[in-house]
Amino acid sequence: MSSGAHITVRSYIVVFLILLGLTALTTGVAFIDLGAGLNNVAALVIAVLKALLVILYFMHVRTSDRFTWVIAGAGFFWLLILMGGTIDDLVTRNLLPGEMQMTP
Amino acid sequence: MSSASPPMPDALSVRAHQFENVEQQHEASWLGMWVFLATEVMFFGGMFTGYAFYRSGYPGAFAAGSNRLDVLLGAINTAVLIASSFTMALAVHAAQQGRRRAIVNCLLLTMLLGTVFLGIKSYEYYEKFVEHLVPGWNFSFEAPFERTAEIFFSFYFAMTGMHALHMIIGIVLLAVIALKARRGRFSAEYYTPVELSGLYWHFVDLVWIFLFPLLYLVGRHL
Repeated sequence: MSSGAHITVRSYIVVFLILLGLTALTTGVAFIDLGAGLNNVAALVIAVLKALLVILYFMHVRTSDRFTWVIAGAGFFWLLILMGGTIDDLVTRNLLPGEMQMTP
Repeated sequence: MSSASPPMPDALSVRAHQFENVEQQHEASWLGMWVFLATEVMFFGGMFTGYAFYRSGYPGAFAAGSNRLDVLLGAINTAVLIASSFTMALAVHAAQQGRRRAIVNCLLLTMLLGTVFLGIKSYEYYEKFVEHLVPGWNFSFEAPFERTAEIFFSFYFAMTGMHALHMIIGIVLLAVIALKARRGRFSAEYYTPVELSGLYWHFVDLVWIFLFPLLYLVGRHL
């Protein structure tokens, strides 16, 4: 069950400002060469942080019961299986010699 | 689930007969919406997975394609969408306090910001059309990515297009809710439709939070 009634307008404003700040940050960081694929990591970490803020505060999950946490988490868990399985296939295709050889 | 809570009086006689009380009805609606959003995660997740797969195969083409997008417009749109999520959160907050006029105003503001987002998006689509970047129909790209950049733009249009469709549905949804709020259909005891529309709107915002860096920013530095 949700209520979100304990979340004040002040916290919504703070979350809103942090989200705007993170948007500026991710845009700025994209133009700096961090090297070694770190730009990807930085972009994704910031996106996950923003997503968490939206889910926890705007979507009231922070003040919701465990059942809501399980259902919200399940969506992302299934997504992890989908992506994990696909990426796993992609990176291991050419490990073994034989007919399965493919070029991307 | 707080099944032990005392039964509440039915607000505005909105309780369907299969529920014990409005509290239980609200729990069912809330969880149903989250299950729906979990299916939405999978729906968009399929496209994100496809994106990851092809980007690992053609990183150069994806970077070159990404560089043809307008980062400034993308960033402005991100801010607009986050602002709309903020006003949506305020609408739900007003609903919890039974402030009818505030609900309507916040919903109208949310719809306005959503429309601004779609306006900027349309302008970007127009630019892509002018620059011959519409895959399968009107596409030309510089070597060596003349074919492979088309894959990036296929993902660009499929993902932002599906996202825009969700926005359009969301704006229509909010219009209906705003009309109901204006007619006094909600109270501090019963505002489930406002709350659940809010969840939907925030979800659409979430998708964009990932689309923006993956489409607009990846090309700057690999």
